[in-house]
Amino acid sequence: MWKYVLKRIGLAIFTIFIIIAITFFAMNAIPGGPFQSEKAPDPAVQRMLQERYNLDKPLVEQFVIYLDNLLHGDFGISLKTGRDISTIIGESFAISAEIGGIAIVVALIPGLIFGSLAALMRNKWPDRVIMFSSTIFVAVPSFVLATLLLLIFCLKLEWIPVWSVNNRNYILPILSLALYPMSYITRLTKSSMLDALGQDYVRTARAKGVSESRVIFKHALRNALIPVVTYMGPMTAYIITGSLVVETVFTIGGLGTKFVSCINDRDYPLIMATTIFLAILLVLLTLVSDLIYKLIDPKIKFE
Amino acid sequence: MMDNNEKFPRKRPFSLQMDLSKFSPATDEEKEQIVQMRESTTFFKDGIKKLSKDPFAMISIAVLLFIVLTIFIAPIIVPYSYQEMISVDGVRDRTAMNLAPFTYSVNEQAAIKSGEKIFPHIFGTDQLSRDYFIRVIYGTRVSLTVGLFASIIVLIIGLIYGSISGYFGGKVDLVLMRIVDIIYALPDMLMIILLAVVLDATLSQALDGTILERVGTNMISIFIVFGLLYWVSMARLVRGQILSIKENEYILAAKALGAKPGRIIRKHILPNCISVIIISTALQIPAAIFTESFLSFVGLGVQAPMPSLGSLASAAREGLQSYPYKLLFPSLMICLIVLSFNLLGDGLRDAFDPKLRR
Repeated sequence: MWKYVLKRIGLAIFTIFIIIAITFFAMNAIPGGPFQSEKAPDPAVQRMLQERYNLDKPLVEQFVIYLDNLLHGDFGISLKTGRDISTIIGESFAISAEIGGIAIVVALIPGLIFGSLAALMRNKWPDRVIMFSSTIFVAVPSFVLATLLLLIFCLKLEWIPVWSVNNRNYILPILSLALYPMSYITRLTKSSMLDALGQDYVRTARAKGVSESRVIFKHALRNALIPVVTYMGPMTAYIITGSLVVETVFTIGGLGTKFVSCINDRDYPLIMATTIFLAILLVLLTLVSDLIYKLIDPKIKFE
Repeated sequence: MMDNNEKFPRKRPFSLQMDLSKFSPATDEEKEQIVQMRESTTFFKDGIKKLSKDPFAMISIAVLLFIVLTIFIAPIIVPYSYQEMISVDGVRDRTAMNLAPFTYSVNEQAAIKSGEKIFPHIFGTDQLSRDYFIRVIYGTRVSLTVGLFASIIVLIIGLIYGSISGYFGGKVDLVLMRIVDIIYALPDMLMIILLAVVLDATLSQALDGTILERVGTNMISIFIVFGLLYWVSMARLVRGQILSIKENEYILAAKALGAKPGRIIRKHILPNCISVIIISTALQIPAAIFTESFLSFVGLGVQAPMPSLGSLASAAREGLQSYPYKLLFPSLMICLIVLSFNLLGDGLRDAFDPKLRR
């Protein structure tokens, strides 16, 4: 087992390295340097600037310097604002992490409940309602959902105030982030729960006279959880990319908004840093969910 | 019937004499007994029959056909083009901005009064006084094309890569699958954004003056990105299918009966994995449409005058309170297309997945 864990950690580190390399070399393939503008500054000044930021060195050496800086937590500075990128990311990520974290919980718990409910009441009206709405929600892109929620609840009905620094209302952003993964988890739980309920060990448990709630929670649900755990990785990926959109729609000053605005500003160091940061986060979360998955499912053999 | 004694004559232990009556050709009566009760169906026919009994799948097919027909026919009927600003009597109509559905601008109303016929703006107009209906239609066209082409690219690359990996096995398989593992671990959306940014900056110069310029750098970078990243799961799927089917007893039986490799692939391997491949290709289309609309939202979508459903919905956020219908039409279209493809995919899986058959 430890061999497997080490192998996975090794793969994760390698993946992160690949991501950084792709990001770095792709960004450097963009023509024009940061100090080349319409009215070219004095060549001497330009040379000094290039020396200051190591731009005169060969690309591979620049990459090594960049890696070294990254390991020290130094992402460089933003072209647009001139601020230190690690502070920008640190500030804005706090808000995004809060919303994303709550969204994961909101997606997971109701998703599990609705999914099991639909499986237990198969072909009755609660099943129909749950499956109908989850089918619909899986087909709505997050920015459409976010914009519609904003339109209906903030602007038309005026139930919930529009987001501002003083009035932080998390309901709508979380809802628009969580509805898609929630519907997905519902569908996933339903099918795996139905599968588990049809298994021989459930019949055996019932034949032994085990109480129905014990059959459901101990025997069926525990086994039905396994596919849901494998979805945790893709779900965090969805929530991270979804946050780009949802934060922009609700004008929340999180990392997502920063990312979208730096793409529009073509602020290359910031795009690079944010991509790397989010990618590392994602790789680590996927690693954790994979390890949990292997831990809870004894049937999986460690390669 | 023949006499029982005659059909099974008493054994004569020391005789090698054969009873020739046993080897006589079957009579018509006997032949009839082994004729099948019903016509034999092929795998494909059976799947189609099952699919036609699934109401959701049939409705989805109808909706998709309707949408496809509309996007081909509507531009012929509607006299506006997606980048044309409304004009009355050859003069640009400045009053035709942001019209609500089925309304006419002041100038148009005057023209109608003087007996002119003006085609209604079914979905109204946008802030540059372009007919919104035709823009949504073209947006659907663009989005569907992106989805279709992207999934074809994915299918081709994945099929070739996966089957090479599956057929050759051994070291080739090991190396190819390690590469897949690494690409699979990359966060796709982030890489797509990154590549779209980079390609946007680098391609625009390279494409100047070619036919591809009209398509727009962003559209091409979407295809490149799909070609680079999204084929991975298809390759895995194809490889897994081929590997598992290769090991089946009926393949061994076919080999033992002397079937040629071509026949084994055509008759035994392909029919068994084609369904799964078709389904995941069908499911790739809504995923591609989602990705495209997401990129459009972030500002990396199709080139400006050309609309896509994503860019239309994203542009509608300005003036959302006053003109909510501008958000509604493109987003409804996205939802309808994605929903239909999802339901169709579910139906296809139920109909064609041999493992689900009982």
